[in-house]
Parts: sequence; structure tokens; C-alpha cells
Amino acid sequence: MQGHDPAVDGQGARRGFLSKVMALAAGGLATLAPAGAGVWVLLDPLRRKSAAATFLRVTEIEAIPDDGVPRQFPIVTDRVDAWTGFPAEPVGAVYLRREKGSDVVQALSATCPHAGCFVEMEPAEHCFRCPCHNSSFTLDGGIVAPSPSPRPMDELECRIGHGGAVEVKWQNFFTGIAEKVARP
Amino acid sequence: MSTAQRPGGGGLLGRLADFFDDRTGYRAILHEALYERVPGGARWRYVWGSTLVFAFLVQVITGLVLWASYSASAQTAWESVYYIQHEMAGGWLLRGIHHFMAQAMVVLLALHLLQVVIDGAYRAPREVNFWLGLVLMMLVLGMALTGYLLPWDQKGYWATRVATNLAGLVPLVGPALQQLVVGGPDYGHHTLTRFFALHAGFLPAGLVVMLVVHLALFRKHGLHAKQPLTRPDAMFWPDQVLKDAVAMLAVMAVVLGVILVPAVRTMLAGGTVVPGELGAELGAPADPSLPYAAARPEWYFLFLFQFLKVFEGWGASGEFLGAIVVPGLVMTVMFLMPILGHWRLGHRFNVAFTLAIVAGAALLTGLALNEDYYALWVDPASLAEAERLDAETEGDTAKLAAAVGGDPAKRAEAERQIKRLRKVRHSRAFLAAARQAKVDAARAVELAGRPERIPPAGMLELVRTDPASQGPRLFAQHCASCHAHLDPADPAAATAFAHASAANLFGFGSAAWMRGLLDADQVGGPAYFGNTAHKEGDMVSFVTGDLADADTWPQEDIAAVVAAMAAEAGLPEPDVGREVVARGRDLVASGERCGACHAFGDNGTELGSAPDLNGWGGREWLVGIITDPTHARFYGDSNDRMPRFGVADEGESPALTESEIGIVADWLRGQWYRAATH
Repeated sequence: MQGHDPAVDGQGARRGFLSKVMALAAGGLATLAPAGAGVWVLLDPLRRKSAAATFLRVTEIEAIPDDGVPRQFPIVTDRVDAWTGFPAEPVGAVYLRREKGSDVVQALSATCPHAGCFVEMEPAEHCFRCPCHNSSFTLDGGIVAPSPSPRPMDELECRIGHGGAVEVKWQNFFTGIAEKVARP
Repeated sequence: MSTAQRPGGGGLLGRLADFFDDRTGYRAILHEALYERVPGGARWRYVWGSTLVFAFLVQVITGLVLWASYSASAQTAWESVYYIQHEMAGGWLLRGIHHFMAQAMVVLLALHLLQVVIDGAYRAPREVNFWLGLVLMMLVLGMALTGYLLPWDQKGYWATRVATNLAGLVPLVGPALQQLVVGGPDYGHHTLTRFFALHAGFLPAGLVVMLVVHLALFRKHGLHAKQPLTRPDAMFWPDQVLKDAVAMLAVMAVVLGVILVPAVRTMLAGGTVVPGELGAELGAPADPSLPYAAARPEWYFLFLFQFLKVFEGWGASGEFLGAIVVPGLVMTVMFLMPILGHWRLGHRFNVAFTLAIVAGAALLTGLALNEDYYALWVDPASLAEAERLDAETEGDTAKLAAAVGGDPAKRAEAERQIKRLRKVRHSRAFLAAARQAKVDAARAVELAGRPERIPPAGMLELVRTDPASQGPRLFAQHCASCHAHLDPADPAAATAFAHASAANLFGFGSAAWMRGLLDADQVGGPAYFGNTAHKEGDMVSFVTGDLADADTWPQEDIAAVVAAMAAEAGLPEPDVGREVVARGRDLVASGERCGACHAFGDNGTELGSAPDLNGWGGREWLVGIITDPTHARFYGDSNDRMPRFGVADEGESPALTESEIGIVADWLRGQWYRAATH
């Protein structure tokens, strides 16, 4: 290259520094707009909340034999997935059980509190067992030690409505922690 | 400059090459790229890095083409992958290569890392490049993890639920991180779109940037030659490139072998090869309401899966340790390796640590496989004693002590045997779930191939309304507590019928079922009215009385009635001739015969005394009786305990929807879509 280097003399050096700062600032600002808009959209899921926990009719009390053995029932409710609305869809399952002669129904979420797999009944062993990491629970949801699960199965609020309808408050909880904390 | 002096020579091609070299300097670049000195000559042990670059290239090529046919949404992901795998020309091969090359890449990564650590190639000045390699490894594993979900089948869905739930355990940011990755509070469209963006966009873009720097630094520092050098130096091109290319071909051959060997086996066995069944598996569509007991991560993550079981009884800290702390610590140690390597013992520690991790992962993988497949290598006969003890004691330790006596050695042995029995049972449950998963997957594929194609709401809707898949589930849930559904020829039938409190519904509507009902020996038995209030009813006394009298009811007449009733149900039966059916219809309608109680044709018998026989066993008739057995058309006031599944009090919803009742009816009648080849 021919010609003099503008950075050599004092004035050129100052101007050179200013140019560098301005170049970085201009370039940075120009990139900030798409990056900012991108991050803004990427963070959108944080604003989303699950459907408010409501009591859903699951079955009738006569459908749960009073033998202390849990029975599995699907939870059917309207579901919204981003832009799609699904009317009356099975979204999960609960285990319902009733002691001999009792009108009180215990409802246990089928979602394992360890890592979120689907807990299954193990009739031969009179217990629940998660097929993923072997967390075991008694028929009323208590932990069978030693278990990888940090807490008992999640009990859901349950009430008996008009005409013996069994209504369960359907909620999801954070997994893997000792406390039962409902997801927002 | 005269043309004679130029490297291209005087020909047209040479002149063209010179033209581009003048303007791009490509010859110098090529020379720089190819004429790298390889100290001590080309060696096979240097090929691992190149095979990894090759594997990535294969993933880019196959991935881009898969992308061209893939649609990331909860209603189209499974459907589009099904279309690629089972309908597009060569789709099974393309997807198979992508699927198995991903697995090969994980193996090659492990080999590359092992070699770098063992050879001490991470030491100065190559520290930064080692760190870049570790980042590259995490990016590749991230792509493997995100790719597993994209077909939106049961196994990908449930494995991802676990993986993202574990991400939620990261301190402070965990729940937010989980929600960001999942794309909201629940799994759905945005889980797929985000995983796809990660899998095909963010992660590979990051990988390309890192890889460019990784390779540039590799060339800057030169190849880390394994000492001692026994042969003279050679050039990268063509000596090492030849070895690299052979290794790439070998990797490709292994991947193609994994895809094609099952086809060769099928052909040797004389079977027909179905291309869609080759290569990567596609499970049944993801269903959040359907348990999936065969949920397992891809085999190379199996050790992490098994690791979580190590922390039994540790409470919440166990899962945090297993999923976050220990893997985090292992990665930290790996990042520190170049620094540890400065010390005399540091390198030895690094090698020992890496080998220990590999050995530990191998051991955990083995344990996981052993737990799942344990039942396959246990002789069932050796479990008989444990089965007996377990049934007797019902898991109660006090009862066990009583059963085996006071001897502690005997008790310990009994406990060990029962523990082993449990292990076998858990393994059997897994194997059964894995088999069921295969059945469900095959059924979904069969349904997707219907001439009507997949409905706009997606495959899940089709599976959920499929009598073949849902009939048995609905029956088990709503009907099986009273009704059996078992072929009378089945060895288990007698016990099942004895436990049932209503008729056996296997083959309901068929001539065989009707023949049994009209048999004096069976009508009052447990397969028909034996366990119901109708045991002492008019029908039983009619069949055991009048019908058993061969003078009033000769065998041909009964056969004609059976044929007429089977014709009402309309199930496929051997042809008995129109005359026989007509005669049977007259007998059924006759006021002297069946028509005395049952309405049939235009015989004018009033409804209410016995079920209407018009359309008996047909879909409409079955839907009617399941909906409301107390209707005058069926059992009216004499209905014995059968619930009204389709009727509910005001403000309540019935136990079964119209669609569900239709599914049960279709399943009982064996009416569902079957592909022509079946």
C-alpha cells in the first residue's frame, strides 16, 4: 500500500480511536435490534400459564369399588396448545380409591413426582411402581423406601358432587423436589 | 509472464485454472489445506477426528433432506415422519442413515476424546482446542437429545418429559429454563418447534462455528504425533487422506449394515422385506394420557438414566446430585484437564479419570440392560418357590418370618428369592410394555395407510377412535369387571367365566355365540346367564325345557334360528343358504316360538318382556343396549345391574360418550380397518 498512515500523527490517532468507538457502537446498535426482538420472542413461553386448576368431573362414586384398591381414570378436559383448541381431550390420569364402606375418595396423580413418568399399579406387589426409575409407592401413595422419588405421590383435591359425581382438582406439580409445589 | 511459465500449462483448462487462481489464489489455499506435514507418516490412529467431520457432514446432508419433508407440530410431526418412513421413495434409508449415523457419531466422539486424553494431546499449546472439543461434544449430545423428540412418538415424548423435568432441577433458573425449552407450561406444538429449531438451527450453527475454529487451531498447532516416530514424515494429502477416507467408508458401511442386515436376514428366511420397517423405528403417536412403561432414553444416555436409580432413598438431594451435580462435576474436571496436565501426576490422573468414567458408564449401561431384560435369562421354573412364598405372605415380612421359620439364614435366603422374583416381574412388565409398544406402533402405521388417509386433527384422533386399539382398553375399564371376553376354547376361560358376573361377550353376534345360548347345557352356565339374575329366568327355562325337546325343536330348526340371528348381526359367517335363514326368521317371529316373548319382524309382540331381536348383535343394537339396557327395547325393568353407559341425569355427562360406545360395539363385532395384506 502506498501513501501515509493516518494513525501515525497525533490527530489521526485520536480520530482513529473515535472511529473505532463509533464503529463498534453503530454496529452494536444495529445488531441489537434483531437480537433484542429475537430474545423477546424466545422468552414468550415464560408468560404462559397452565389452565387454572379447576374441579373436573372424573367418574361416579359407584365406579370406585370400596376395596382400598386404586382404579385408574382418565382426566378429560378442554385443552389449548398454542393456537389449537382441543375440546374434551384426555390430558392425564388419576388413581381413585375408596376404603371399605367409606364415602371419601382419595385421588392420586398418575404423574411420578420423581421425573414425571406415568406411575403404574403393580397388583402382584400391592403397590404403585414407576416404570422409569423404579420409584415405589403404597396404595395410598406413600413412599416405599428406598425410593428415588423425593416425595410421596401427589394427592389431588377431590370432592363428591351432585349425584355422586367424583370431582378432582387437576393440577401439575414440579417434579424432583421434596415439596409439592403446583406449577403456575 | 508467458503462459509457458504458469502452472496450468497452455491448454484451455489450464488457462481457466490460471484465470481463477489469479483472482482467488485458490492454489495457495488448496496447498495450505492439503500439504500439511504428518510427522512420522500417516497412521490409522489419526482418523477419528476426520470420521467425526464426515459423520457431521452426513447428518447435514440427510438432515437437510429430512427437513424438506418434516413438519414440526403436534398434529403433523408424527404424520410427516410416517410419510417419510413408509411412503416416500427411499425415506426409510435416508432416515435410517440419519438415525444410526447419530449413534455412530456418539461412539466416534468417545473414541476421539479417549485418544486425545490418552495421547496427552490436550496439553499446551492445545488447551483451547481441547475446550472447543468439549463444547463440540456437548453440542452433538444436545442434537442427539433434541432429535429424539422430533418424530413425536411415545418413546420420544416420554423420554423428553423426563429430560426436561430434570432440566427444571438446575438451581435458580431451572423452572424458567424448563418452561423456555418446553415452550410453555405444557408439552405441545412449541415443544416441537423449539426442539426442531435447536436441533436443526441453533445447535448446528454453533457447531459449525466451533468446528471451523477447532480445525483452524488443529492446523495451526499441527497434528499431535504419537511418539516415537518410527517412519519418515509424510504429507496429509494423499497418505493420511487415504486412510481417513477408508475409515469414513468403514463408518458408512457399518451404518448401512445396521439398516440393511435385517432385510438380508428376512430375505434369507424367505420373507418379504417391507422397506418402511427397516432403519429407524417410529413408535405410536405421542399420547400424554396413555402410560408408556417402555420409556427409555437412547442407548448412549442409558447410563445417565440408570445413574438416577443409584440415589435410591436420598430424597430430593439424590436426583439433584444424579442429574445436575455429578454430571456437572465430571464436565468441570474434563475442562480442567489441560491445567491438571501441567503436573507430573496430572496426566495420569486425567487418563485414569477418563477411563473410570467410560468404565462406569459401561457398567451402568450394563446394569440398565440387565434390569430390563433380566426375565429373558432367568429360568421360570427356578421362581416357583418364590412365587408360592410371595403369594402366601403378600409382601408382609411378619408373615414371611412365620412361613419360613425362625432360622435367619433361611429367612435371608427367602427374602433374596422374593427380591429376585420382583426383579423378574419388573423386567417382564418392561418386556410386555415394549411388545405392546411395537403392536401399537404397527397398528398406527396400518391405520395411517387407510385409503381415507389421516384426518386433519392428526393421527392421535384416529388412534383414539380405533376399535382395535381402544376397544380392549375401554372394555377393560368399563365392562370387564362384569363381562368376560375370552374364547371358550382358551385354557383360562373356565376361571374367567367363573369370576364374571355377566355373559361372556367373545364372539357376541356370531352363530357360535347364539348356538351356545340355545344350548341347554350352556344357557344357565357362567358364560351366559349363570351368574346373573336371569339364571332362573324365562329364557333359561325355555332353553332347558321346550328347546331341549327334539320333537318340538328338531336340530334343523335350532340351526335355522341360529342362522337367522347371525344374519341379523351381519358378521362374516359361512353361507348357509337363503332358505335356511328365511325359515329361521319365520321361527323367530312366530308367536308360538321365540316371538311369544321377543319382538321380531312384524310379529307385533310388545316390547318390554324380552329384548327386541330386530337387528340383534348389529352395531345399532349393541350401541343401543350399552347406551341404555333399561330401555323397553332391551331388558326394561328386568335389567340386572348393567349401568346405562350413555345416559346421565340432567347436568351430568354419561360414563361413555357416543363415540366411545360405538368403539366398544365395533370392537365386540370385530369391525375395524385392516390393511389388505393382513
